[in-house]
Parts: sequence; C-alpha cells; structure tokens
Amino acid sequence: MMDVCGSASVTLRDFGCEQSLLSRPDGSASFSQGDTSVLAASYGPAEVKVSKEIYDRATLEVLIQPKVGLPSVRERSQEQCVRETCEASLLLSLHPRSSLTLILQLIHDDGSVLSCILNAACMALMDAGLPMSCLFCGVTCAIDADGQIITDPTAAQEKESRAVMTFAIDGTKHRVMMSSTKGSFSVNELQQCIAVSQKASEKIFQFYRDSVSRRYSKTL
Amino acid sequence: MKDTPLSNCERDFLLKAIEEKKRLDGRQTYDYRKMKITFGTDYGCCFVDLGKTRVMAQVSCELVAPKESRPNEGIMFFNIELSPMASPAFEQGRQSELSVKLNRQLERCLRNSKCIDTESLCVVSGEKVWQIRVDVHMLNHDGNLMDAASIAAITALCHFRRPDVGIQGDEVTVYSPEERDPIPLSIYHMPISVSFSFFQQGTYLLVDPCEREERVMDGLLMIAMNKHREICSIQSSGGIMLLKEQVMRCSKIASVKVSEITELLNKALENDKKARKEGGRCGFAESLPQERITALKMDETSVEMTDVREKANDIVQKADAPPQKVTSPMVPVPGVGQIGQGLQNTWGLEDDEDDEYDDEEAEECDSGEEQEKTITKMEEEQHQKEASRAGDVINISDSEEEEVVILLPETQDKTLKKTWTSSHQKGAAASKKRQKK
Repeated sequence: MMDVCGSASVTLRDFGCEQSLLSRPDGSASFSQGDTSVLAASYGPAEVKVSKEIYDRATLEVLIQPKVGLPSVRERSQEQCVRETCEASLLLSLHPRSSLTLILQLIHDDGSVLSCILNAACMALMDAGLPMSCLFCGVTCAIDADGQIITDPTAAQEKESRAVMTFAIDGTKHRVMMSSTKGSFSVNELQQCIAVSQKASEKIFQFYRDSVSRRYSKTL
Repeated sequence: MKDTPLSNCERDFLLKAIEEKKRLDGRQTYDYRKMKITFGTDYGCCFVDLGKTRVMAQVSCELVAPKESRPNEGIMFFNIELSPMASPAFEQGRQSELSVKLNRQLERCLRNSKCIDTESLCVVSGEKVWQIRVDVHMLNHDGNLMDAASIAAITALCHFRRPDVGIQGDEVTVYSPEERDPIPLSIYHMPISVSFSFFQQGTYLLVDPCEREERVMDGLLMIAMNKHREICSIQSSGGIMLLKEQVMRCSKIASVKVSEITELLNKALENDKKARKEGGRCGFAESLPQERITALKMDETSVEMTDVREKANDIVQKADAPPQKVTSPMVPVPGVGQIGQGLQNTWGLEDDEDDEYDDEEAEECDSGEEQEKTITKMEEEQHQKEASRAGDVINISDSEEEEVVILLPETQDKTLKKTWTSSHQKGAAASKKRQKK
C-alpha cells in the first residue's frame, strides 16, 4: 500500500515527567504518555560481580518489572531492546569493570509501552548524570486497518492496527538506533513511519530540554 | 550490587541520639512519618508513600479451579517483590531472607486473619472460583517496608473491583467492565501492621524506624491490628527478650496508630471514589506534582507530517533492490521440508573430502526415495563397518547407531539426524571412512 498519510498531522498524547523522585537510586524518573506510565531507576557506576565484569567497559543490566506476576519472555525481549539502545548511547568505556543497572517498573500500560520505557530510561540516565554520547527517545507508530499512520497509539488503537512499530531515535542526528516491529507492512510504509517518528522525536527532545532547563533554572 | 556498609561512627551516633530520645529526622518516639496514599488508573492499584519509602500494590483476579480441600472458597495469593529499584542490596530473582520474612508476615496478616470473605469469591462450587492475586512492589526502601506493604495491600484490596458474573443453569458469563459495573470485594476488617524497633536490648523503642534506624536496631516487633482493637498477628524477631508490660504498651500504641491510619485510608478511598464519579482522569499520570521543579508536563501536541511521503519515497528509491525472494519450501516426503540445496561441508579432514562429500549427498534432503535408499545403504555399510572395526578402533562414542532400525518414511528426519550426528563424533573417526559403494 503506497498511500499512507491521510491527514496532515498526527498527535502525541500529553506527556509528563518527574525526575529524582526516589531517594535510594542514583537516578530516577517517571515518564507518562497519556495513561501509560513507567518508573525508571538507575544505579551506577557500582561494583560488579567478577563473573559479569568486562575489562574495558561497564556492564549494563536492564530489568523490566511488570505490574502483575513475574517477568516473562515479553519483558526479556523489551529488556534486550532497551539494553541495545542504552549501550549505543552510553559512554561505557569511561567506567571499566563497573556495573550500571537500570530498573524499570511498569505502572500502567495503555499502549506505546516500549517507547515510554525508552523515554523513562533516558531521563533516569540523565538524572543519574551518566555520560552519554547522545540522548535517545522512543516513538511508537501504528498502521491501522485503513492504512493511516497513528503515533503514540493507545492500547485500543494498538489492538485494531495492522502493524505496530517502535523506534529509538537518537538526539543528535535523528537516526534510528533500535526498531521493534510487530505485524506486516510494506517497505514504503516502514520508511514513512520512520520519517514520522523522526519528526515526533523532535517534540520529545524539546521536552527533555525544557524539563532539564526547568530543573536547573534555580542553580544556573 | 552491594549496599554501602554502615560505618561505626554512624552507628554510634545513631545509638547515642536514641539514648537521648532524639531521632535523625526530628520525630518523637511514637511518631509515624508523613503518609500519602494515591491510586492508579485501574481499580486495585495503590501507591503508599511512608516518608521516603515507596510501595506499589496491584490486585488482579482470575477464574481458576478451587483447592481440593476447600471447594467453595476463593483463593488469595500474595507476592511481595523486593525490586532492585528499592535498594542496591536487593537482587532480582533471589529469595532473600527479608523477602521470605515479609511475604510470610503479609500472608499471616491478611490471609490468616480472614479479612476477606473467600466464600463470596466462589462462582461454581468445586469448579470455578476467583483467585485474587496481590502483587506488592517495593519502589524505594527507606525503612519499615512491612508497614507500607500491609497498608498498600489492604488499600488495594478495598479499592479493587472484580468483574460481575452471571450464572444461568450451567452457563457462567463473566461480564466485562463496560457491560456491567464491577463489584468490590467483601472485606470484613482491615488489618494494618505497626512496627516497633528496639535498641539496647529492649531499653529504647521507636515506632516506624527509618532505614538507618533499622540497621542499628536489635530487634523488631510487628503487631498487626484492626481498628476494632483486635490483634491479627504479632511477630517478634531479632532475639530480644521483651517483658509482658512492654508488649502490652506496644499494643496500646499500635491501636492508636492503626485507628489513625485507617481513618487516612478511608479518606483516601472516599476522595478517589468522588474523583472517579466526577469522571475526571485519575491515575499515576494525574498525580504528578505540578509545582515541583523536577516535574514537567506537556499537553497533547501534533506532529507535522507534510513532507513525510516524499522523504519516504526518496529513501525507498535510493535503496538497493531487495534480495531474491526465497522459494517456498518443497515437501518431498510428508514430514520433510527442503529449502534450496545444502552447501558442501567444510569441516572435515582433508583426506576424507570425497567421503564427506558423499556423506553430504546422502544426508541432504533429496527426493524421498533416493534418500531412503541412500540412508538404508549407509546404515548397512555402517553395520558392516562396525562389525569389521570392532578389533581395530575402540569406539568411544555413545551413539545409538548400534541398533539401527530401518524406519518408515515419516521418521526419516530422525534417521537423518542419527547419521548426521555420527559424522561429528570425536571418537568415531573411523566412521568418516564410510565408503559408498
């Protein structure tokens, strides 16, 4: 299907973020997109078990805890996506033989969970002050049954759609760092979704800048 | 990850301060920290903040078969997760001593006190009952996890609504929340636990210890009570010897505290009910504090998409052509699929190249009958080979090839696997020398 973009603009739900809300972790943040909320906490650089240490880099561990029940394969695959994105953006070689742990707790799932997880993770890493080569954000796109692209779909919209894709976009050059897709779509649709995600990521990066400048407005 | 150890001077400082009736945060001996109870978007989700200790509880339900011994009672399941988020000392998946202790205490507090009417959870006696599952996640550990967990659990249970069920004869219909309003659980009473920490062999006591105080305490007394002054559970740990008067005094303090907490709990539930009735959005996202400098909220924004289509077309045109599509699998024999032709095996020793090539040909999925013939031929050869080889080479492999049976075509892949594995056995160097006639 070639014709995908019907409307001139798509919307992102209202998002909110709070940083440093937990006292024990080195960095913590909660990110909400509409009703979807995720709480992220990061510890590190800290001591690492000898079995897990890497001689020239920090060992990054990502843990995703669902709200009900024990973590299953679904959480493991999401952890993999997040870990790959974080390893690409964190400067791990500055902390050899250390561990960086990122723990994410799902508070409420109303669609676009993986992108909310990525955003919360980035804000928690920023809050911890870990050195990164670029910031990243997550954007979810869905292609519904009519072929329209929707960004930041709710759970109901995700269920009705033909394909759901999540991209992690980097902050400096707006390139795709990670993609996770579900469903069938054509090559053209994929490229259109990537282009839409890149546009949407600009809003999210602006939000990052706004919250950080607000946070340090009293000190700087 | 290891937790930062407590230094000796910190320990001495804390103990000295307690002797002088002073606490780190300026509280009195019997004071609780500031408690805040908020609710999530869906029913049964509750957050409790006890000072800086943060805990989240979620209640969910499922229809299952009841226990054999109690066919007309529902099942309650409690799970406390010590998330690594709460403290660097907690590890994912490891059942630490603290985790076992908290789980057991919560179970005794809520299950054994029979605060929930389990008989009302029965749908069809002996076949279907509701299983209510309470998951408590620790988000931040600043002391007194037990109290926070018990408050969160009982509040979440009071907040929870289960789907309505209709029974017509043998048919059981579970209505979704849109069809019929979900109904709350029937709760008899609300047990809440109060923790007392003891120092200097029971001389000094503190209510609601924070994390530092917990580290230097000698023992802990946990009393679970409801507002009707009924003790649901008492647990004393740490090996401190308490006198009867001390325990009585603690239970009196506990009853005062429990009535205060129950009042706060009920008020929070009322507020939430009112907010939901008005139809406003409620949940974690809504309760984000606005006036804090560390929090920011942005409204719904739209994203411009005007040149997206051209950009995408550009990229697609510039990209290389996609690779040749793989043909769909061929099915030579039922149960066997073949995609393309295999490549030559590049593993083996040089002088056995020809033999391996033959092996490969035989082991490939060719058309069914040839395959059968070659397999059977190989097996026969192998039989002969092994018979003659008995004296020459010590076969240290544990292959199942000793008793080869000519199997039917459906299990061809099994025989195929056998011949395949045999070519990779270390001790079976001789098998590489199989000759094809």
